[in-house]
Amino acid sequence: MDIKAYLVLSLTLFTIGIIGVLVRRNAIIIFMCVELMLNAVNLLLVAFSKMHALSTAVKTSAAYAADAQIFVFFIMVVAAAEVSVGLAIIVMLYRNTHSVDVNFLNRLKN
Amino acid sequence: MNNVLQIAWLLPILPLLGFIINGLGRNILSKAISGLVGCLVVFASFLLSVFIFIEVKNGNSQVVHYFDFLNVDLLKIAFAFKFDPLSSLFLLIITGVGFLIHVYSTSYMHGEPDKDFAKYFAYLNLFIFSMLLLVMGANYVVMFIGWEGVGLCSYLLIGYWFRINDYTNAANKAFIMNRIGDLGFLIAVFWLIAKTGTVEFDQVFSAATIAKLSATDITGITLLLFVGATGKSAQIPLYTWLPDAMAGPTPVSALIHAATMVTAGIYMIARSNILYTMAPVTQGVVAMVGLATAVLAATIALKQNDIKKVLAYSTVSQLGYMFLALGVGAYTGAVFHVMTHAFFKALLFLGAGSVIHAMGGEQDMRNMGGLKKYMRTTHLTFLLGCLAIAGIPPFSGFFSKDEILAAAYVHNPVLWVIGVITAVMTAFYMFRLYGMTFLGKFRGSHEQEHHLHESPAAITFPLIILAILAVVGGWIGVPKIFVHGGHRLEAFLEPVFRESNAITTKHEITHATEYMLMGVSVAGALIALIYAWRRYGKYQQIETSPKGITKILENKWYVDEIYNSTIVQPLRSLSGFFNNIIERKGIDGLVNGTGKLVNYGSRQLRWLQSGQVGAYVLLMVLGILILFIIQLFL
Repeated sequence: MDIKAYLVLSLTLFTIGIIGVLVRRNAIIIFMCVELMLNAVNLLLVAFSKMHALSTAVKTSAAYAADAQIFVFFIMVVAAAEVSVGLAIIVMLYRNTHSVDVNFLNRLKN
Repeated sequence: MNNVLQIAWLLPILPLLGFIINGLGRNILSKAISGLVGCLVVFASFLLSVFIFIEVKNGNSQVVHYFDFLNVDLLKIAFAFKFDPLSSLFLLIITGVGFLIHVYSTSYMHGEPDKDFAKYFAYLNLFIFSMLLLVMGANYVVMFIGWEGVGLCSYLLIGYWFRINDYTNAANKAFIMNRIGDLGFLIAVFWLIAKTGTVEFDQVFSAATIAKLSATDITGITLLLFVGATGKSAQIPLYTWLPDAMAGPTPVSALIHAATMVTAGIYMIARSNILYTMAPVTQGVVAMVGLATAVLAATIALKQNDIKKVLAYSTVSQLGYMFLALGVGAYTGAVFHVMTHAFFKALLFLGAGSVIHAMGGEQDMRNMGGLKKYMRTTHLTFLLGCLAIAGIPPFSGFFSKDEILAAAYVHNPVLWVIGVITAVMTAFYMFRLYGMTFLGKFRGSHEQEHHLHESPAAITFPLIILAILAVVGGWIGVPKIFVHGGHRLEAFLEPVFRESNAITTKHEITHATEYMLMGVSVAGALIALIYAWRRYGKYQQIETSPKGITKILENKWYVDEIYNSTIVQPLRSLSGFFNNIIERKGIDGLVNGTGKLVNYGSRQLRWLQSGQVGAYVLLMVLGILILFIIQLFL
């Protein structure tokens, strides 16, 4: 399969994530958009990894073919940990402000 | 070396001790104690000086080395004292006259608060200490230490009543003018070190060292030393500080600004006589400056009405005489005149002090008159002092002045003529002063008349001693034509000036000429004396505004004004420019501007921190985009 399709998909997801972070004020949605960006990158990594493994250059040492795909699992694990921390922050935010609107945070300003 | 020179180091240490005691204990010592300490240390120094003088007179001149003051590479400057006829004579004058003036001060300054009284004696002792260092130093560096020390003490004592602004200004003027001269002295010493590598008198004046110096070197060094002397000894163009220095207490004027400190320049040139003898150009300059100063100051003194100002200008004039003597190579005459001048000028100043004391601080002679019958001792001693300075035989001033005039005549008759004119003017203004003060009717207020009294013994005692010295002081230098071998001072000082005398060609003048010279100067002085006596004995105050030459003389030839407009004001405006433009606008602007810039920049950058999370993220994204663009396209 052509790598271009993966690239376009991944870029689309990433852009949606960025725009989501920039325009939304709800902390949970921003958080989800961050995850979207992360996973867009993960997708790209897996796609390139597969393409790399199929190419002739590394056929002789198949042992390394799946490296990046394993690496993605690690990223997912770390992302899960990060999600728990992030959600905890959002919970604390809600408890304090009764809202998950990030613009509420500017009250630290003064 | 089993003699008094072994303990000669005590000589300056004693006044220094007095300075320390009085200086540190000024808050606890009573007047009696501080006065006693001040007088006693100087008296002890005087006794020591007498013993040293006797020792030197017995032919025991030597340099006593204490320690190395500086020892750098090839340059070695010793802290050593030189005892020879010249310095021992000065030691006697300084400690002797100094002691009398200390005694006088105990009474004169009695109205001062305890604290100031002790401070005054501390300064006075410090002055004696510095002056002793100056004359005893065996090299130019030790001399320079004393030279600066006396300048400092002069400054402190002129500004003794420092709460009065004018007096502080006078002190500053004296100090600054002295500093200008001191720079000349200092450069001369550096020059000497650069060329010969030594500053010790014995080495510098030896034939071997002098051979290392070219004619230009000698002329340059002696001229620069003379610049130092013009500052210290109040010669043209640096003389204007001395009349202003009269702001100090009268005994200070007597001690520092008449008898001792101002003769430091003469001492220094007499000490370096061999260098000056080898630099005829400098000698000419010294003689001309001396003579010009003598005439100028004498003309100013003719029309002054402040009793101390007359004496101050008279001092400048007499110092000019001494420089004339140095310039024509009559070193003995100069030193002789220093000695007799110390006696009669100290006497005159102290007498003036006694008058001022009786008048309750009044210094204007127009408000005096007729003091003869109120103050007998002061009057008599003052009269003797006037006769001595006027050069009437057989008083001391006659002998020293005659010697200088004779030497001037040998050198160039024109110098002699101007010298005689100055001497005539001297007689005139001194007896104008005498007549206005002591003769005629009292012109002051009734209150002052009621207050008039003879001064206490502590004031009259020094007057009497000095009067005796002013009368007989000249007898150690009687010219050959009167008594053969009568000039004992010349014989005594002969070792110091031997080499110079050997170089100078001697023109003997006939006895007839010498009698003629004496006759002319004495006759001139007598005529001036009698004229002034008759005219000012009946002086009445007339309200006329001065005109023409009188006005110029009363305003001291406007020299102060000229200096003010040509030097002081331009310097002031230059400083003003540096202060207002360079300092305030330039340097301050740079420093403050940096602060302001940071402040302003920070205030602008502050708007970036809006607290909107979205804005931060946007900025972050934009930043990343820019990095991408740089990475990909640039």
